[in-house]
Amino acid sequence: MRIERRLRQPRWLLVAVPACSLVFAFFATGIVLQATGHSALSSYRQIIDAAFLNSGALGQTLIAATPLAFTGLAAAAAFRMRLFNIGAEGQLYVGAITSAAAGLYLGGKGGPSAFAIAAMVAAGCAGGALWGLIPGMLRAFFKTNEIITSLMLNYVAAYLLTYLIFNTASYWRDTTGFNASVFPTSKNLPNSAIWPGAVIHARGGIVLPLGAGIAVLVAILLWVLYSRTRFGFEAQVLGDSPRAARYAGIRTRRKILAVMAISGAIAGLGGASQVGDFAHTLDADPNGLQKQYYGYTGIVVAALARYNPFAVVLVAFLVGGLQNAGNTLQGANFPSGLVGVMQGIILFSALGGELLVRYRVRFGRIREATA
Amino acid sequence: MNNSLLVVVLASGVAYGTPLLFASLGELLAERSGVLNLGVEGMMLVGAVTGFWAVQRLHTGAGLSLTAAIGVAAVAGAAMALIHAFLVITLRASQIVSGLALTIFAGAAGLSSYLGNDLNLSDNPARHQFHAVFPASVQNWPVVGPIIFGQNILVYASWACVVLVALYLSRTRAGLNVRAVGESPAAADAMGIKVVWYRYAHTLVGGAFAGIAGATFTLAITPQWVSGITGGAGWIAIALVIFAFWRPALCLVGAYFFGALQALPPQLQAREIQLGPTALWTNALPYVMTIVVLALVSSSGARRRLGAPASLGLPYVREER
Repeated sequence: MRIERRLRQPRWLLVAVPACSLVFAFFATGIVLQATGHSALSSYRQIIDAAFLNSGALGQTLIAATPLAFTGLAAAAAFRMRLFNIGAEGQLYVGAITSAAAGLYLGGKGGPSAFAIAAMVAAGCAGGALWGLIPGMLRAFFKTNEIITSLMLNYVAAYLLTYLIFNTASYWRDTTGFNASVFPTSKNLPNSAIWPGAVIHARGGIVLPLGAGIAVLVAILLWVLYSRTRFGFEAQVLGDSPRAARYAGIRTRRKILAVMAISGAIAGLGGASQVGDFAHTLDADPNGLQKQYYGYTGIVVAALARYNPFAVVLVAFLVGGLQNAGNTLQGANFPSGLVGVMQGIILFSALGGELLVRYRVRFGRIREATA
Repeated sequence: MNNSLLVVVLASGVAYGTPLLFASLGELLAERSGVLNLGVEGMMLVGAVTGFWAVQRLHTGAGLSLTAAIGVAAVAGAAMALIHAFLVITLRASQIVSGLALTIFAGAAGLSSYLGNDLNLSDNPARHQFHAVFPASVQNWPVVGPIIFGQNILVYASWACVVLVALYLSRTRAGLNVRAVGESPAAADAMGIKVVWYRYAHTLVGGAFAGIAGATFTLAITPQWVSGITGGAGWIAIALVIFAFWRPALCLVGAYFFGALQALPPQLQAREIQLGPTALWTNALPYVMTIVVLALVSSSGARRRLGAPASLGLPYVREER
């Protein structure tokens, strides 16, 4: 058996491989379930019911999918250029911190104010971008490996988030109410800073969060940026061959900084959406936002979507459903940890399937002059 | 004197540092062969849960079941590493994504939690645990008593591992071959070194070390099973390898330093000293220091001097040089 590099990647494989990896993952997880004495079919039915079919399930799935769409797009924006920003987790926290500050400062009574919400969006972008620029600058100026630095900054951001509420009397912390004297709590957003959602189905409890709409918009912008502009083209060249990019006169440093800032800003938007859409406060509990691992799951989403922005949105919806099912089914005779196992196997098979996209597997002996 | 803050923090720093040391030695071996494995946290958790399971289920004497548990944890860790090795070495997948996938698959919301739940492990404390080796009279010696003689056998075993790994990498034929594979797989291949074989072997050994590191949590530090018990130690271990410039002896220093930082906040709290900013910097310092060190050493000249494997993270395909 020999493995040869493909000169051209067939289009149908780009869809077939992720689809087959999903099927394979369900199959492999089924074997694990049966082997440990669970019924695979009933577990899967539980997952699909809890993710999409039960009353209110779709609304919950949208809530779980929105942050994943942001972190998935953040990962896709950077990974496409072979900048391995795995710091979306931390950039999301920092975006949440800055946008919560903007919302607390600018919000007031009354209905949603476009000004306060726009300020929160901008602040979330800025916070995430700044946090993303730290590994970006280290990479651009010192050639420091961005994988490890962006990863380390996730933990720094997480401790910072917890610290702001639990160990200091910061601007975000509520120090007045009765609850606040018993347990550290964070301030609630004023009404006008709470993001409105579009009610799709009132009885089914399906609300499209504003953040989900923004995520789709970001996906479109990202697609335009990478496939229709000079910037995107140059970034791809740089990703594929840094040396060729340098000879072509592409400004490497600037591109790295710009891509890391864009990626960070998108993740920061995810943080802003967490604050504005869902939590309505800065969730600093180490067992809250920080246990959702949106940033890391976003990388799963981006890899499954093969870094295509539109596919990211679609995959985020599916993985969000899985995540939502995992959250709702916790405990009640549903195997815990199953969702992580499934996500892992899906990703493993998608990664393995990449081989088939990039290489051709031939059987038999080497023949002369086959082209 | 033995109750002074410094001695207590150093003594528990050694205890907390031991899993970091085991895991970082394993990651060091894998990275020296050119394979970056970001799945340490997941492999540790699987080692933690399987080691704990072995102790609960094997009804033999304490010594035998603890030894067997360490063996089980090592095998489980290596089995997890095998997935990563197959994907990145044979199938040439991205080492970063595969390692993260391994942590998601095996980690706190994945296989380790699944196993812990399915085997009903979180109900009872460990039947046996590793105790301090030396008698109380020795442990009470001033300063060195608690820090050096108050530890369990795993701590002393980790010291032996540091020496063995250091000697292996610098004094044996196989160790030199690994370094060649990590630096320049093409040159190593031309010399007749089996690149694929070396990478598999060291990734698996790295997984075994991570498994043992996980079992250190459930059988020595906090003898019970809680989902996600390692609490991010796997990531610190990855940082530690860089912090130690890929050298085993420096891993030991770094592990105890980071371990002591982890031990500081609870000790301060126990003495009713207000934490304030301490809560932030003691927790964040290992990560910030790793970033600073990485930035300082990342110029190409410094990298070569300090021993970063030149081919770290790159797949090796014989036909595509």
